[in-house]
Amino acid sequence: MEEEVNHRPRLVVIGNGMAGMRTVEELLKLAPALYDITVFGAEPYGNYNRILLSPVLAGEKSADDIMLNDESWYAQNDIRLHKGKSVTTVDRRRRVVVADDGTEEPYDRLLLATGSNPILLPIPGRDLPGVVSFRDLHDVGRMIEASERSKNAVVIGGGLLGLEAANGLLKRGMDVTVIHLMPWLMERQLDRTAGDMLRQSLESRGIKFAMPGETKEILGHGRVESVQLADGTILPADLVVMAVGIRPNTALAKSAGLHCERGIVVGDTLQTYDARIYAVGECVQHRSQTYGLVAPLFDQAKVCANHLAELGYARYAGSQVSTKLKVTGIDLFSAGDFSGDEESDQLVFNDPGRNIYKKLILKNNRIAGAVLYGDTMNAPWYFQLMRDGTDVSAIHDHLVFGKPHLGDSGHGAGGSIAAMADETEICGCNGVCKGTIVNAISDRKLFTLEEVRAHTKASSSCGSCTGLVEQILAATVGGDYSTAPKVKPLCPCTEYTHDEVRRSILDHGLKSIPEVMAFMEWRTLNGCHSCRPALNYYLLCAWPGVYRDDKQSRFINERAHANIQKDGTYSVVPRMWGGITNPKELRAIADVAEKFEIPTVKITGGQRIDLLGVKKEDLPAVWADLNKAGLVSGHAYGKALRTVKTCVGSEWCRFGVQDSTALGIKLEKMCWGAWTPHKVKMAVSGCPRNCAEATIKDFGVVAVESGWELHVGGNGGVKIRATDLLCKVRTEEEVLEHSGAFLQLYREEAHYLERTAPWIERVGLAYVKERLLEDPEGRRALHDRFLESQRYAQHDPWAERVQGADREEFRLMAMAEVSAA
Amino acid sequence: MNLWLEVGRIDDIPPLGARVVRTTRGNVAVFRTAEDKIFALDDRCPHKGGPLSQGIVHGGRVTCPLHNMVIELCDGQAVAPDRGCTASYPVRIVDGVIAIELTLTESALAEPTLAACP
Repeated sequence: MEEEVNHRPRLVVIGNGMAGMRTVEELLKLAPALYDITVFGAEPYGNYNRILLSPVLAGEKSADDIMLNDESWYAQNDIRLHKGKSVTTVDRRRRVVVADDGTEEPYDRLLLATGSNPILLPIPGRDLPGVVSFRDLHDVGRMIEASERSKNAVVIGGGLLGLEAANGLLKRGMDVTVIHLMPWLMERQLDRTAGDMLRQSLESRGIKFAMPGETKEILGHGRVESVQLADGTILPADLVVMAVGIRPNTALAKSAGLHCERGIVVGDTLQTYDARIYAVGECVQHRSQTYGLVAPLFDQAKVCANHLAELGYARYAGSQVSTKLKVTGIDLFSAGDFSGDEESDQLVFNDPGRNIYKKLILKNNRIAGAVLYGDTMNAPWYFQLMRDGTDVSAIHDHLVFGKPHLGDSGHGAGGSIAAMADETEICGCNGVCKGTIVNAISDRKLFTLEEVRAHTKASSSCGSCTGLVEQILAATVGGDYSTAPKVKPLCPCTEYTHDEVRRSILDHGLKSIPEVMAFMEWRTLNGCHSCRPALNYYLLCAWPGVYRDDKQSRFINERAHANIQKDGTYSVVPRMWGGITNPKELRAIADVAEKFEIPTVKITGGQRIDLLGVKKEDLPAVWADLNKAGLVSGHAYGKALRTVKTCVGSEWCRFGVQDSTALGIKLEKMCWGAWTPHKVKMAVSGCPRNCAEATIKDFGVVAVESGWELHVGGNGGVKIRATDLLCKVRTEEEVLEHSGAFLQLYREEAHYLERTAPWIERVGLAYVKERLLEDPEGRRALHDRFLESQRYAQHDPWAERVQGADREEFRLMAMAEVSAA
Repeated sequence: MNLWLEVGRIDDIPPLGARVVRTTRGNVAVFRTAEDKIFALDDRCPHKGGPLSQGIVHGGRVTCPLHNMVIELCDGQAVAPDRGCTASYPVRIVDGVIAIELTLTESALAEPTLAACP
């Protein structure tokens, strides 16, 4: 008799570690009831966070703290857990796995997540009691036990794991010596300078080093007593920790006849040579790479789950990895090529007095690698630049000093996150302190920035503290993965990134939100509040004049053409071209304010007047009165051109060298009504005194005697950023052409809700210059596309609504004279 | 005492949209999903009182326009990990006419709505 017709396919997972369970978790998110799942784990526990073994050893966390899924989790998810059982046989013909106690489980799909084994040096005495590796809770237990009974510990291996073990044992009161074969520590991640600094710092804590040193033999009668080096030195030892490296555990896969090299060989779908068998984690070899860090495991888990869930579109293309040392009080980061060659440049910052060292390797104006010691605040930024391949030539001069103003605007971190008090406020918007974030991360087992945002609200508003929150996450959970920049999907409704979605819209001629969602296999029925406005904008930008704006996919402000306030009323800001107004307009504004009993009238920072506290039902009537005086929408509510701020320029000012007001008005007349990825502010100053503050605007123009300087990418908001100088031009026509082209480039290529400042930091000023300056024809084409799109955008939305468009939006559905409850 | 109040027709609400019914007790937001299911909630976000009627409707949920808290339309519960709940009202539709049930006792507010959760 063959299988029953309707039974669920059986998924068997071998390995109850982080990679295997992360894959199962991802799978449950995608297809909760698709499989009948069985898990084999050789260890006698549920699933725990292996990268936190070091803090457990150091006594900073308990074993319970690092549990990820306790046994009730398996029960809740209907997963059979065989704990404490090792699978010894995979019978691929019968599709059955057999464990050492005889347990048999049949499978339809098999997932191998067998992890890795510690490498044991082939030296005499390695089997003596008292010699341990550092891989699992059992090892940690043995080490803690030894530390309670005895004095001397020797750690063989001065790599990441060895040093974390040494630090833990030191904290447990042992006398620790590290034997390392190489002349400096962590030679696979650090250059000599950083390696020596690390050694010094560890020595000052009390760890001794024998290096370069080769272990010859472990001596002892019945249990370990000492370690002998090749030079004859003898180190007394009650405990020896071998931490010289790990090797993918391929034994089971090999015995099953699966193709293995250093690891189990898998393709981009994480399938082995047997298509029914998947493999993830440290046991895997993908494109000749094996990985021993957790970020790649999580990437693999996601892709593998996608295929197990029968979605079948995700691809794993390998991971870029970085390293952090989990030793409290030591900030260290390494990624990529940290030594460089003849073709590369090095930027080095060395401040021995403060124990800070930073080295960046640049190749073709791009970051190829980084070593940071003592100050790792900017690690995520460097890593992001490296992964994105951003051209950094424009910021070359200050690159090594870090991202300007990271953590500024009142959230200032004086340097090390570790040294920060628990009461330090991290997120000023939501009043979240460091301690709250740390507790949430530990108590709720959070792994990602998104999870921290959801649970604590930190970094979920203005985002200026994102860097700090990422640092706290890294410091609390170990860092390897939290700092790993991901190719971020547009939102949780899709796997695809902003760029991929934009490209598909153009390449496949997608013309509506439902078309995009169907074509790109959106996970949700009609998206969410993040993706719908983004898609609406992308379609609008891609198909000017063709795409029909989807009102229900716009944030309320753009639906109501006014700014919602905390009490549900709205604010109204009429456009004042270049900040110029007149008695007639002012009279109309005064009349409207009185007639509709508008409680607050305020001058804005953008040289306009804001009427605050207007009832939604009154909006069309307010606009009608303003329209009569010639006032139109100022788009103060939109991801759109806001204002062009000007000074009075040469018309009045004794210092003015050009007519900045007139140019400002021309710019505003050309650009108003344009929808953009985020709000856009402009300014024109009539002389270099720059009274219009043009150098903190998205596009700023500063008059000089011989013409105009054009500045881009400024921001006066959450993170103040001064503009970059784009170029100098002579005529007003050139200003208009450059500004139109700049706006269009931004419109076509930035991500939705990305201001020009972060956009330029992401793509690099060099790229913007290449498109706008080195390619005059391309610039003109961009400008033409901008003007073409403006043909359809420049209709006053207020006037349209005064005429009756969207009438229902501003009306109550019903009034009821009942008092319920 | 219960009162079924006719507030308008399904077509009065745009798909993935909402309209406001003003009662002496306060505003009630009436939502319409993509599948033409109708839900009625107090027009107050449990977080800081934001008008849910002005939010973006997606699936069976609405996102508050003030601070992006996401609320289930079927029962007014905030989506985890956020917490909070806004009152929901039973809805009845006869020949395209929407009626919502207003009650005089608070406890009845917790009863399930007539429309099923998606």
